[in-house]
Amino acid sequence: MNQFFFGTFPYIALAIGIVGSIARYERDPFTWKTSSSQLLRRKQLVMGSILFHVGVLVIFAGHFVGLLTPIWVFDALGISHGAKQTLAVVAGGIAGIMALVGGGMLFHRRWTDPRIRKTSSFADIAILAMLLAQLVLGLLTIIASLGHLDGHEMVKFMAWAQGIFTLDGAAASHIADVALIFKLHIVLGLTIILVFPFTRLVHMLSVPVRYFTRPGYQIVRSRRQVPLPERGAALATAQAKPAPSSDAAAQPAE
Amino acid sequence: MRVRAQIGMVLNLDKCIGCHTCSVTCKNVWTTRDGVEYAWFNNVESKPGTGYPTDWENQKRWNGGWTRTKSGKLQPRQGSKWRIAANLFANPDLPEIDDYYEPFDFDHDHLKSAPEMEAFPTARPYSKITGERIEKIEKGPNWEEILGGEFSKRGQDYNFEGIQKEIYGEYENTFMMYLPRLCEHCLNPACAASCPSGAIYKREEDGIVLIDQEKCRGWRMCVSGCPYKKVYYNWSTGKSEKCTLCYPRIESGNPTVCSETCVGRIRYLGVMLYDADKIEAAANAPHEKDLYDAQLDVFLDPHDPVVIETARADGIPEDWIKAAQESPVWKMAMEWKVAFPLHPEYRTLPMVWYIPPLSPIQNAAEAGKIGTDGAMPNVHDLRIPVRYLANMLTAGDEAPVVSALERMLAMRSYMRSKTVDGVIDEAIAARVGLSGRVIEDMYKIMALADYEDRFVIPTTHREQVEEAYDLKGGCGFTDGNGCSSGISKGSLFGGSKRPLKMPEEVR
Repeated sequence: MNQFFFGTFPYIALAIGIVGSIARYERDPFTWKTSSSQLLRRKQLVMGSILFHVGVLVIFAGHFVGLLTPIWVFDALGISHGAKQTLAVVAGGIAGIMALVGGGMLFHRRWTDPRIRKTSSFADIAILAMLLAQLVLGLLTIIASLGHLDGHEMVKFMAWAQGIFTLDGAAASHIADVALIFKLHIVLGLTIILVFPFTRLVHMLSVPVRYFTRPGYQIVRSRRQVPLPERGAALATAQAKPAPSSDAAAQPAE
Repeated sequence: MRVRAQIGMVLNLDKCIGCHTCSVTCKNVWTTRDGVEYAWFNNVESKPGTGYPTDWENQKRWNGGWTRTKSGKLQPRQGSKWRIAANLFANPDLPEIDDYYEPFDFDHDHLKSAPEMEAFPTARPYSKITGERIEKIEKGPNWEEILGGEFSKRGQDYNFEGIQKEIYGEYENTFMMYLPRLCEHCLNPACAASCPSGAIYKREEDGIVLIDQEKCRGWRMCVSGCPYKKVYYNWSTGKSEKCTLCYPRIESGNPTVCSETCVGRIRYLGVMLYDADKIEAAANAPHEKDLYDAQLDVFLDPHDPVVIETARADGIPEDWIKAAQESPVWKMAMEWKVAFPLHPEYRTLPMVWYIPPLSPIQNAAEAGKIGTDGAMPNVHDLRIPVRYLANMLTAGDEAPVVSALERMLAMRSYMRSKTVDGVIDEAIAARVGLSGRVIEDMYKIMALADYEDRFVIPTTHREQVEEAYDLKGGCGFTDGNGCSSGISKGSLFGGSKRPLKMPEEVR
């Protein structure tokens, strides 16, 4: 049982999550979207969405760094396990509450506002409910963590997570004896990864990084299949004669 | 100089009768689907009024278009790239659907399915979003039709800037005009600049601005970025949509649906050559009143041999250069200077231009005499205040609008004299800086407006952009992934077909 949920299931979830996302991006790019409902109702969205997203991003970064950084890095940096555990509880607790409040507002809006309710798919409501449940479970684990602030439990989860990513067959045994609340949190987390490609969550893979690197603001696209030949030198001299106007814009709006 | 071609449009507001045929035919072709019932790629507004969506012209409220920063940099008014990215979670400048209107239909089925009852059954309205009954429709796509509603509301019109507007609320002084609006297919589109996904692009070949539906992620920054509010968020598909300038029709040399069906024959389509290297400087002119002239400066004279030579080198086909030389848009915008861009102060360099409308002489009936400037009435006596038109078309600069109105009055006067009195009066033409020949040319294109004179549209050179073989048996235009069967088969004849190629970004 323990071996299935924490040794096998992670690979199933990750495989479906990754392959499913690639398949969806490849086959159905039209469905890849944020599904924003701000147009239909602004109320509750602005505050709810900002709280929720900021909270979730902090939690996500915390889990990513906290679980997957090898423990010797922390030791080398001189950060004690207890200090790391305390940081995780405080930062995670604050971000968790932010995300829970924001997510609660969003869920209330989605459930009670007729416009949003009628235009929501089952997946929209289900994934929000799952995320809220996961937030509640995550916040409840803090209570358990308060019992062992020295961080020895936390090291178990790090060993497990890193074991999964280093294909350690015995990864599940690291967390065989942790409290049930942690186990529930992990299983639900893996389930969210599993359903990830089938929900609107995929929009998190579309963080518009390219926006910052694209030159200027504008985009021009061409269907031309054969590139234009280089301009001849004769043309340059012909242009140079009448007007010194072509140097007007240093960085043209493409 | 880098020459590009653009299909531009001119609307002769002097002839618009406000029949909404353009809007209806456009709607029937493009936006009868779920999620865009509220969207009108083309709509006709009665002015003065606040328009659709309400108060769209007021960028202090919506932050659309571009702004010139204190340091002289050009950036979207809603913010730099970082600011836009920071607003992805919740866009503070996004209109709500109620700013357009809640889409509705009427319960027609009830008319035939109602049981026998004392009162005659009626078709009551219901929301197209929720399906619930709407007790009272509060707003529609053309809520101010023919000056509907009280002046205190309509008077919020942004174009009253700098005008003592109270007297225009009085019955004796009231005025109105129609303003048909569509996507401006700007040279410096703020929607494309605001799109974090890079899904909105301008086509190199004809300047049409399109949204790549597969790249759009629904970040909705384009909706707030466009100062004309002509990008619409489809709440059903979660993607943005906009006027496509009916590009499948344009590509085959046909006018857009709105132009084709215009019963007043007010719409013109033609090619404009422009210098892509000058765009940023033109959009970044220090003073708003310079923007109209700056945009004129971007256009290239298609008769200039150097321009022709450069256009050829930049891959503009010969028939497109010829079309540019015969372009009605060029004539009206550049030669006669009677057409103007809509709100140049948004700095988007729009490419749908407008000829301002003439209007009745204000005090003619009352005084029995018309204030004349020589043989012609003074344009300041027209019912529509010149300043109002200038606020709309030239960022408040009255001189170009006055000149255009005078030229139109001169055209009438000259032709009346010619056809009624049989006198060719070159003096009339000379007074507005034209010749009789030019006026007759204006008359042919603006007044008679034959189909061939209104629409000079060269076809796309498909041989340059696609392989006909690859298109054979293709699925044509689909919404989403409708063509996908999930199975990719090789062809029995001549290897596998290449998938339809999307246009690629150019530097």
